[in-house]
Amino acid sequence: MVASRAIGSLSRATASRMRRCPGYICRNFSGSSALRTRTHINYGVKGDVAVVRINSPNSKVNTLNKELQSEFMEVMNEIWASDQVRSAVLISSKPGCFIAGADINMLASCKTSEEVTQISREGQRTFEKLEKSPKPIVAAISGACLGGGLEVGVPAAFDMMLTGRNIRADRAKKMGLVDQLVDPLGPGLKPAEERTIEYLEEVAVTFAKGLSDKKISIKRDRGLVDTFSFTELMSYAMSIPFVRQQIYKKVEEKVRKQTKGLYPAPLKIIDAVKTGIEQGNEAGYLSESQKFGELAMTRESKALMGLYHGQVLCKKNKFGTPQKEAKHLAILGAGLMGAGIAQVSVDKGLRTILKDATLAGLGRGQQQVFKGLNDKVKKKALTSFERDSIFSNLTGQLDYQGFEKADMVIEAVFEDLSLKHRVLKEVEAVIPDHCVFASNTSALPINEIAAVSKRPEKVIGMHYFSPVDKMQLLEIITTDKTSKDTTASAVAVGLKQGKVIIVVKDGPGFYTTRCLAPMMSEVLRILQEGVEPKKLDSLTTSFGFPVGAATLVDEVGVDVAKHVSEDLGKAFGERFGGGSVELLKQMVSRGFLGRKSGKGFYIYQEGVKNKNVNSDMDGILASLKVPPKSEVSSDEDIQYRLVTRFVNEAVMCLQEGILATPTEGDIGAVFGLGFPPCLGGPFRFVDLYGAQKVVDRLRRYEAAYGKQFTPCQLLIDHANSPNKKFYQ
Amino acid sequence: MTSMLTYTFKNLPNTSKWALQFFVRPLSCSSQLRAAPATQTKSKKTLAKPNIRNVVVVDGVRIPFLLSGTSYKDLMPHDLARAALSGLLTRTNVPKDVVDYIIFGTVIQEVKTSNVAREAALGAGFSDKTPAHTVTMACISANQAMTTGIGLIASGQCDVVVAGGVELMSDVPIRHSRKMRKMMLELNKAKTLGQRLSLISKFRLNFLSPELPAVAEFSTSETMGHSADRLAAAFAVSRLDQDEYALRSHSLAKKAQDEGLLSDVVPFKVPGRETVTKDNGIRPSSLEQMAKLKPAFIKPYGTVTAANSSFLTDGASAMLIMAEEKALALGYKPKAYLRDFVYVSQDPKDQLLLGPTYATPKVLEKAGLTMNDIDAFEFHEAFSGQILANFKAMDSDWFAQNYMGRKTKVGSPPLEKFNNWGGSLSLGHPFGATGCRLVMAAANRLRKEGGQYGLVAACAAGGQGHAMIVEAYPK
Repeated sequence: MVASRAIGSLSRATASRMRRCPGYICRNFSGSSALRTRTHINYGVKGDVAVVRINSPNSKVNTLNKELQSEFMEVMNEIWASDQVRSAVLISSKPGCFIAGADINMLASCKTSEEVTQISREGQRTFEKLEKSPKPIVAAISGACLGGGLEVGVPAAFDMMLTGRNIRADRAKKMGLVDQLVDPLGPGLKPAEERTIEYLEEVAVTFAKGLSDKKISIKRDRGLVDTFSFTELMSYAMSIPFVRQQIYKKVEEKVRKQTKGLYPAPLKIIDAVKTGIEQGNEAGYLSESQKFGELAMTRESKALMGLYHGQVLCKKNKFGTPQKEAKHLAILGAGLMGAGIAQVSVDKGLRTILKDATLAGLGRGQQQVFKGLNDKVKKKALTSFERDSIFSNLTGQLDYQGFEKADMVIEAVFEDLSLKHRVLKEVEAVIPDHCVFASNTSALPINEIAAVSKRPEKVIGMHYFSPVDKMQLLEIITTDKTSKDTTASAVAVGLKQGKVIIVVKDGPGFYTTRCLAPMMSEVLRILQEGVEPKKLDSLTTSFGFPVGAATLVDEVGVDVAKHVSEDLGKAFGERFGGGSVELLKQMVSRGFLGRKSGKGFYIYQEGVKNKNVNSDMDGILASLKVPPKSEVSSDEDIQYRLVTRFVNEAVMCLQEGILATPTEGDIGAVFGLGFPPCLGGPFRFVDLYGAQKVVDRLRRYEAAYGKQFTPCQLLIDHANSPNKKFYQ
Repeated sequence: MTSMLTYTFKNLPNTSKWALQFFVRPLSCSSQLRAAPATQTKSKKTLAKPNIRNVVVVDGVRIPFLLSGTSYKDLMPHDLARAALSGLLTRTNVPKDVVDYIIFGTVIQEVKTSNVAREAALGAGFSDKTPAHTVTMACISANQAMTTGIGLIASGQCDVVVAGGVELMSDVPIRHSRKMRKMMLELNKAKTLGQRLSLISKFRLNFLSPELPAVAEFSTSETMGHSADRLAAAFAVSRLDQDEYALRSHSLAKKAQDEGLLSDVVPFKVPGRETVTKDNGIRPSSLEQMAKLKPAFIKPYGTVTAANSSFLTDGASAMLIMAEEKALALGYKPKAYLRDFVYVSQDPKDQLLLGPTYATPKVLEKAGLTMNDIDAFEFHEAFSGQILANFKAMDSDWFAQNYMGRKTKVGSPPLEKFNNWGGSLSLGHPFGATGCRLVMAAANRLRKEGGQYGLVAACAAGGQGHAMIVEAYPK
């Protein structure tokens, strides 16, 4: 008998709803028969329904760790053994979070794959027992319910195994993951979150009673086979081995295509499911836990866990609370970046002025913000009313009216130092004393911009990435003169905008642009050596970059790339050599500016999905052709020429103090530049791949090409003493 | 209260200081309450304000409120409004030419008569020299009509105003889809046959799917019943409490109808049909019957059902309001003063129906009165759950402090003074017309039951609310 039901509480803003309510947790339950105090789980009996409340101490979320699991089994065994109890309700006492999944620290602390397998086995046994429970169990879920948490709630949630997705409650109901929805309540006689959980519990208890009294029955299809086959015909087809093989093949192909074979997990999951179907559930579970154990020990797993921890760190403001919270923003320049920044700001309730020099430019920017919000309406993430009310936070204008109230001005005008100087002076004439002036530039040194400022301590760099509403990273750049409070304020605004933030020191190209530039220079070199753009793209994406290298140049904009490589080339000299900037210059002169102009290395047409190579580039490439060096031109070498230059420059940034920590370096590279997440970022890569091997490769390329491949001192230090790691 | 007393008495044998304190408190409290009617002194003798004209209700009437789809179903809204207006003329004998202005409230508008006040006034035989306009503010539209009239009189612009409201839910405007309308409008403009044909060629069958007037809140897309159910849950109002309250409303309405207390009702001879003389939605049932109903909005575990919600209603009301000196000069004996009023608004999602909670303390403060000064409460009953949630909110210090920015609660109205002649749950709720019914019920109850001050309050779609103090005219 499948006796588990899930009731989900519809909640859009789970993150903001996480709050501890000690008053509720300490509540007394009359008739409660909790036998002894447990730390993670307590339970009471209401009539003949046991209410099991999950509440990990000192944590915002409940995670599946060893203690929670063993307490949970204890409680469930008591419930199954008890004569008074006929059904049970599982609920979290934390508003906005049921169970957020397995405890990542628990997995990280495991030394061997056997240990992980053991944990996984125990987890499976728990889930199996839940699934086979003789008494109906209702899971009342409010907010985040991920990974193992979902398995507790819905023991047969196989259809979510492949992709990590966020599913809204109403979608989950349609998918058959949950049976009933409970809408969140407004304020009553106590805070809304608290009452909503109580209400959820009340409703769940009614359901549990109804199930054990057989007044409510469930009609629901479950399981993998049912998910894949919507008709009886299909499930008949699945019983034929040949058809099954074909389906496995198809699924594997699809997964391989999506992951490029870089992430081992999805394929192993398919393996486990296959074993389960072919050899029975028991074998399937066993294979699943063994594979889980193996996976936990892989490099990819270490890299991704590292990124997870890094991201958590970069979501905190280590500069403290700013003296004055920024509530009024003003953004100069309604271009792609300016409008993008405006969108993520109004979205979070910041009053935002968007100023441009021309009505046409302003109108374009306003439309971009509106479209961004309206797309969310189309995806049902917002109502049209919420869109309108968010959009009302935006004021579009051509003058400096209202700047006297601004707490922060972010300029996103064209990348031209004299223009930036002009707007800085204009703005400083109208803003209040406390107002921060932030420059969104990808390469211009902030101290040069601040040179004309009356108050350089209030000037800071905020480097957003395009498209702003999609890219999570924000690189904040401080000069020697930038005050701590200014930094705190910029970080606070960035966090409010939902960004992952790294704070770096000023210098040409800061951190991200500086790492990208040598790699881009190598891209040009490789193209000059006659590698086709399509081939180059496939080499880079198969290494784990989300976007191919040639496409990336088109996306960034050829003119921008030219600007940056000229500027940084001047600043760093030979180390940024390699490819010829002439290539970019010629492209700009022909109007091949990349995606924005419709032509770059590729041709871009509205509505055409498969882009074609721009054949007009052949001439340019031919005229700048250089002979390839065969000893370092294998596919693998091409990939490593790109990556090692990137990594070398990143380590150089740490060596020079541009970066404060390797963590920020990894986060910046992965979230801002698309450095392969499976490698965990340049520093994690050096740790896992081995500094010596990186240096060896660099030396080989140095011998062929020269100084641009010379490994930096810090990297050599790490190579010389194998104990040295960026992450201890 | 009695049970509390017996409880403390039982505990007396093992007396402690603590128990004694407990014992003393309820006793003193009850003595105060019991003595109240005899020695009660109002916070204020009257609410007349210096240099501001007193505004009075001469009288007010309504045609019977009927379940939609019954006897009024073939009429148009202005027909109902006309019937209420002619009823008012008959009841008050007011000379047509002294009426300075006519204002009506309505919610779902008939597009042909969008200024329904004017159409009805012309048809009811008012002078064509009397201007009229229509207002809309969801369920407090008639209240808005009255307070607009109060404003005109108090500011000296008018002396005599007719205010009223009308709603006909039997017929609502169902439109062509936007695509269809667009095509029809473009066809109108098309000059050549070719243009017309090319437009027609764009026609698709789905153009014909009609657009119904939204029953949901525009801003949140949530139906009012759904919101009411969530509100009841938020305040932990049980299904049984809701059914009991609905039963009370129906029983009291039945009693009032039988005893002839609903004197504001005027008979209406419906063309082609019988003469309608009384409200037809009053149906006292039993708790057992009501318990059988399934929830209407949040299925299957919600608590709001058809039996504990107000029903779709057709009806109209009208009231004659004047400056006091004008009424006296015309030889009238007014029924009541219309005193301080407030409008409030709050979150249309989670507090859609909490208008009375917000409006009540505000209007009392404005008038300088307390809850104890009020002799007759007339609240609009949208849903049982809504009324009971409002009671709980008004009785909660926590809610007052956290959501209303007040130091203490205002207290919930004593049930024995509350909607004694039935309410919207039983009498019906024609959206645009209920406001006048509430005021007339308060005025008539004050005359009948004695007492000086009445408090009228209502919630409305959009998260808005209204409250007004009605003061009995000295006999």
